[in-house]
Amino acid sequence: MSSLIEKLIAGGPVITDGAWGTELQARGLACGEFPDDWNLTHPSAVLEVAQAYVDAGSRVVLTNTFGANRVRIGEHECAGQVTEINRAGVEISRTAAGSHAFVFASMGPSGKVLMMGETSPQELADSYGEQAGALAEAGADAIVVETMSDPEEAQIAVRSASSTGLPVVGCMVFDSGRDMDRTMMGTTVEEAVGALSEAGADVIGANCGQGIEGFIPICRRLHDATDHPIWIKANAGLPELVDGKPEYEATPDEFARFVPALTEAGATFVGGCCGTNPDFIRVVAENLPVVDQ
Amino acid sequence: MEDLSQLQEAVITGDATVVREVTEQALAAGHEPLKLVNEYMTPAMDEVGRRFETNEYFVPELLLSARAMKAGLELIRPLLIASEHPSAGRVVIGTVKGDLHDIGKNLVAALLEGAGFEVVDLGVNVDPQAIISAIRENDADIVALSALLTTTMPSMRLTIEALQEAGLRDQVKVLVGGAPVTQKFADEIGADGYGSNAVAAVELAKQTIAEGR
Repeated sequence: MSSLIEKLIAGGPVITDGAWGTELQARGLACGEFPDDWNLTHPSAVLEVAQAYVDAGSRVVLTNTFGANRVRIGEHECAGQVTEINRAGVEISRTAAGSHAFVFASMGPSGKVLMMGETSPQELADSYGEQAGALAEAGADAIVVETMSDPEEAQIAVRSASSTGLPVVGCMVFDSGRDMDRTMMGTTVEEAVGALSEAGADVIGANCGQGIEGFIPICRRLHDATDHPIWIKANAGLPELVDGKPEYEATPDEFARFVPALTEAGATFVGGCCGTNPDFIRVVAENLPVVDQ
Repeated sequence: MEDLSQLQEAVITGDATVVREVTEQALAAGHEPLKLVNEYMTPAMDEVGRRFETNEYFVPELLLSARAMKAGLELIRPLLIASEHPSAGRVVIGTVKGDLHDIGKNLVAALLEGAGFEVVDLGVNVDPQAIISAIRENDADIVALSALLTTTMPSMRLTIEALQEAGLRDQVKVLVGGAPVTQKFADEIGADGYGSNAVAAVELAKQTIAEGR
């Protein structure tokens, strides 16, 4: 295991951060606007989000670089600025983190389906290689490959991230099937563990796709299938539109109520995904068990 | 004599090459084109849908079967049009304005084509005006709208309002879907139907057409 990860988890479960997109929207990001571009155009708003998480107790803060890979960014005007957007994303989170938190840089999916020929393994490898390189060069402490549905794409992303020499978190979305325990592509929890481990992930996990309650059985299965530390970032539930704005069903307290069960099930990194905000992180941080070192 | 059960099996297993071969042979041997669709291919897609519902199949299998079905239909459709058999219906589909996600929309479009619909795919980030033009140009029966983001769901409502203003609302049925979309939301914005997944969406489109005829 990487010494950074080892050091981080030695004191018990580690609190990460919550959602970014909704926080940026609260600061004026428009419907359909590409959030990652804000690292260059609205860096102070992005810094506010990162700072809010660090202030709420996040010991690991991510970066606003989820969609900043060439394949996905190709659809936007800022397509020529992959390196700049990723570099700025790391620098902003680093400023917020100071000496209180580590910066784990985010890499999300391409949005294209390999098996339909919409992209190729080579194109993905080039795209993720470029992003991971930019994130590492900008000084990220680790890379998080997140919200993956296709194990083949996840492996390509993890390998690209791993080749920088940084510790890598690999996690997939389990949101399909009767029991909500498969990815969109049908991958089981155990298959995901196999694919992510083989590609070289140091930490393995699940994020997005469903509310925190559903993560407990998934976390248990992850824990049974691997010795790697486990990363969980759960949604606050499904959104409902109230006056045209999405509102999530779970409150910070309701969310935090499930955290002990999650850490008992083996979660070593705990945070939130869609619908969560700094208030969720604050409440979870206050309730995390502490292990004497 | 060619084995037509092979056609059914190849659609179920998603083998486009076999579907194309068997369809060609069957047509050359004088089999009725519509019979190939109704007795072999459509039941095969129904079986694919069933396997999806029971977790035997997931998105990759759906995509392969839809592609295999399409391979057969490409050979059959010109013959059906020549003999004036109508398509299952005409659908204008797109991901709403502000939203660039196309995986779900593409899957629904592929399955609709597999089910014999004529599909006009307007892509992602589709302006309501483009939908209005497409309805007029194609005399569409159904408008299918997709959104993946909670932040772009309101565009569905705006699209429906634009259809009303254009005086087209009563001519088409509006079906909506996407990860954050719910039946409740569909009802609120005045959509005619909501599909919770791609298979359900195709079922809904078939029902919608059946009710309208």
